[in-house]
Amino acid sequence: MTPLEDYLLVSALLFSIGLAGALTRRNAILVLIGIELMLNAANLNFIAFWRYGPAPAALTGVVFAIFSISIAAAEAAVGLAIIVAAYRHSRTTDLDKMNSMKG
Amino acid sequence: MTIAFVMLAAIAAVGAVAAMLLRSAVHCVLALTVGLAGLAGLYLELGAQFVGFTQLLVYAGAVAILAVFAIMMTQGARAWAIGRFSTRWAAGGAIAAAVFAVLAWAICGSGVLAGAVGAAPSASVQEIGDALVHRYVLPLEIAGVLLTAALIGAVVVAMPGRAGGDKP
Amino acid sequence: MNWIVKNLWLIPALPMLAAGVSALAKQRSRALAAGLAIGSMAASFVLSVWAFVHVLARHSGVPETFSFRWFQFGDTWLRLGWLLDPLTAAMLAMVTFVGLLIFIYSVGYMEHDENFTRFFCFLALFAGGMLGVVIANSLLLLFMCWEIVGLTSYLLIGFWYQNPRAAAAAKKAFITTRIGDLAFLLGMVWLYSQTGTLLFYDGGAGAMEAGALAHMTTQTTVLGLTVSSAIGLLIFCGAAGKSGQVPLHVWLPDAMEGPTPVSALIHAATMVAAGVFLIARVYPLMSASMSAGPTVALKVVAWVGAVTAIFGATAAVAQFDIKRILAYSTVSQLGYMMMGLGVGGVAVGMFHLITHAFFKALLFLGAGSVIHGCGGEQDIRRMGGLRRAMPVTFAAYAAGMLALCGFPLFAGFWSKDEILHAAHRWSVSQTPFYLGAAGALLTAFYMTRQMYYVFAGTKRRVARAEAPEAGEFEDPTPHDHAAAHESPAVMTVPLMVLAGFAVLLGFVGTPAWPWFQGFLEGRAVGFDLHGFAEAGVLPLMMASTAIVFAGLGLGWWFYGRRAIASAEAVDAVERVGPRAFRVLEQAYYVDALYTATLVRANGWWAGVCDWFDRFVWNGVVQMVRFAVLGLAWLDNLFDTYVVNAGFDEGCREVSRGGRLLARLQVGRVQGYLRMIGLALVALALWLLWGAKA
Repeated sequence: MTPLEDYLLVSALLFSIGLAGALTRRNAILVLIGIELMLNAANLNFIAFWRYGPAPAALTGVVFAIFSISIAAAEAAVGLAIIVAAYRHSRTTDLDKMNSMKG
Repeated sequence: MTIAFVMLAAIAAVGAVAAMLLRSAVHCVLALTVGLAGLAGLYLELGAQFVGFTQLLVYAGAVAILAVFAIMMTQGARAWAIGRFSTRWAAGGAIAAAVFAVLAWAICGSGVLAGAVGAAPSASVQEIGDALVHRYVLPLEIAGVLLTAALIGAVVVAMPGRAGGDKP
Repeated sequence: MNWIVKNLWLIPALPMLAAGVSALAKQRSRALAAGLAIGSMAASFVLSVWAFVHVLARHSGVPETFSFRWFQFGDTWLRLGWLLDPLTAAMLAMVTFVGLLIFIYSVGYMEHDENFTRFFCFLALFAGGMLGVVIANSLLLLFMCWEIVGLTSYLLIGFWYQNPRAAAAAKKAFITTRIGDLAFLLGMVWLYSQTGTLLFYDGGAGAMEAGALAHMTTQTTVLGLTVSSAIGLLIFCGAAGKSGQVPLHVWLPDAMEGPTPVSALIHAATMVAAGVFLIARVYPLMSASMSAGPTVALKVVAWVGAVTAIFGATAAVAQFDIKRILAYSTVSQLGYMMMGLGVGGVAVGMFHLITHAFFKALLFLGAGSVIHGCGGEQDIRRMGGLRRAMPVTFAAYAAGMLALCGFPLFAGFWSKDEILHAAHRWSVSQTPFYLGAAGALLTAFYMTRQMYYVFAGTKRRVARAEAPEAGEFEDPTPHDHAAAHESPAVMTVPLMVLAGFAVLLGFVGTPAWPWFQGFLEGRAVGFDLHGFAEAGVLPLMMASTAIVFAGLGLGWWFYGRRAIASAEAVDAVERVGPRAFRVLEQAYYVDALYTATLVRANGWWAGVCDWFDRFVWNGVVQMVRFAVLGLAWLDNLFDTYVVNAGFDEGCREVSRGGRLLARLQVGRVQGYLRMIGLALVALALWLLWGAKA
């Protein structure tokens, strides 16, 4: 049995990598991918805790992960749609150029 | 830790790293798909078969393809040099590293996790379905509404038609 | 208290009120101004007659007074008030009656003048002031009304102020009388300090009453004078200024620049008489002495009066302006009045004052009528033959002239005789008597001269069709009449009324029936022919008659035998003694003397003050100015470098800080995300550290 910590460490690693990508990539879609990665890392966390947690019979972790996946999918769809719409408006997906909200 | 775990974890990690580092956007998406597949394997290893297959179906099947479609539509595959190594990378990397460090420290230093490891619980589809319909019926319905809204919204937002693009 | 005594104040108040109202009226409302003035004067006349009757019925020389408190300073109250006694009643009646006649005359005389309303306003104000002088019981109130009278005299002499001669004459009058008034004020203050009251009669406590007089006669002051004499002399200085005694007489001839009614009212009948009246009023003070015999004050009064009488008479001989002759005549007659007061007492002086008022006013109004009829001409050399052209004026003027000369049975005869009689009996010296007699001779002479020049002979009028510029500002704008003509009724009726008085008024003061003297002293007098038999009366009457006829004869000798040929002909007396004539014509060069000395001294002093003002006071002001400017400059420096710099720096700091903070909000999402990441790390660290520790 791999101990819980390892799963958690992997989850943390994936989360960090996703964060790094979200912070550094210039293309909006790739930022979105980074965010998907972060969500997935969180899902892994849930399942790991369900397996090794106190009440696995309640299936809380599993249901949560199912919902998370479905919502994440919806969110990805909407996000991509927005990026496409923004691309049509400004002909670019470079995040650096989308700074009209500056102060 | 078992071999299976190490291998699956490695696949997931490498895929993620590749997704973050590759130059071409399409390559990144495909690398992500590999990573998510690895993740699905981890789910299977943990005994959550339904989640694992759902992961494969939804993410690897739908989301990734959707992302590719989006890249195609925004012509992000070509054009500019994406990965310029500059302060941007350094700052982002540093923050990500810091976050990982903190999380790792929290995990390793915590005393909560030395609990008993019970037998693998059963998570059959039947049981999941039962749980969804009985205990979690409200979240189920809301999720359904939400998905419908998201679907319609995405279509509306992405729909070409009005000149000059839609107002955000 | 009797109603009339309590309301005696109405007599001066009504004309003053009329003056106030017409001052607010428009220039066009002539009827209003004239009506108010004449109406108020008529009302005052009625009240004066009432007062006169009241005093007559009382048969007492003791004054009735009414006083009130005016204001308080320290512990004492300053009180003002009025009094009614025979002297007051007689004077009131004369002033209001003569004033009323002159007001009526002025309606016709000033008809063509555009400043008609202003004239009547000033006349009414003058009347109010003069009547105030008459009724005043307080020396202070008298002084205040005295000044009002002086002011209106200035305003009226300079009525045609655009004429520089008139303006200069007004100034001269005011300043000359001011010099006298200064002494008057000193005397008043001294009196107050001596007696503690300025009221004349105050039920025993007044300044003219026994207690105060006793106090003042026992003290002596500089030159060995008693205090009462000294105060009396100071007050006499004021009277001398107002009544044109030598050496303060210089303003009277020049005052003829004013309109003729003004000359008649102010400078013949009333204002100049105010000085004489003042001496009569303070006569108890002037005559108070512990020993018998005249006091120093009365002696001075008599001598000054005598000198003035002869001075005026001699100067009048050589004048060519019809009004100037009358002016010097007035100076001379005022001298007579003062002499009368000095040698004979109140009754003697006042009697001549009252008769003089009537016939001198008559003469002036007649002269005005002559001037009006000749279209503004005032030089007697250019008149002539007016006897036929203006018969009513001639008759009235002749009556006045005879009264002035002292022709037997006319008013002036009785009053002048009283003065000469008293002078003859004066214990100190006979010189005033001889001076008075000589003056009487000269009076007859120069009046005859004037009559011959003006009324007799043929017309010597120089055609004035071109109307030279000076004519506009002199007596009334000439309406282009080629020949002399009689004046309208509104002017001749007052002349005739006054002529009647000039003839008849004297009979109230004859030796056979000295009613006037009795009236002033408050006793009834009966007609008694034995009055003529008193020592010295009849011889004196014959002597003065002889003098009058001598004067008339001399006048005829010089001017009546041959008609005066033309306007350029040399005067008969001038032919005899040209240098003497020149001196007399210039009135002994007194004016020139004053100009050379006093006026120059004053000018020098004014220059000194100017220098002082420009360099000393101005220097101080400039220093203050520089100090203020310096302070302002320092302040500016402070403001620019300290305040502004500090403030500006502060603002710039704020700006810089703002710009720094703005860098956080660049609008880039990943930047925000970076922040969130950092914050997450920091928060987690903090919580975990806390938990661990």
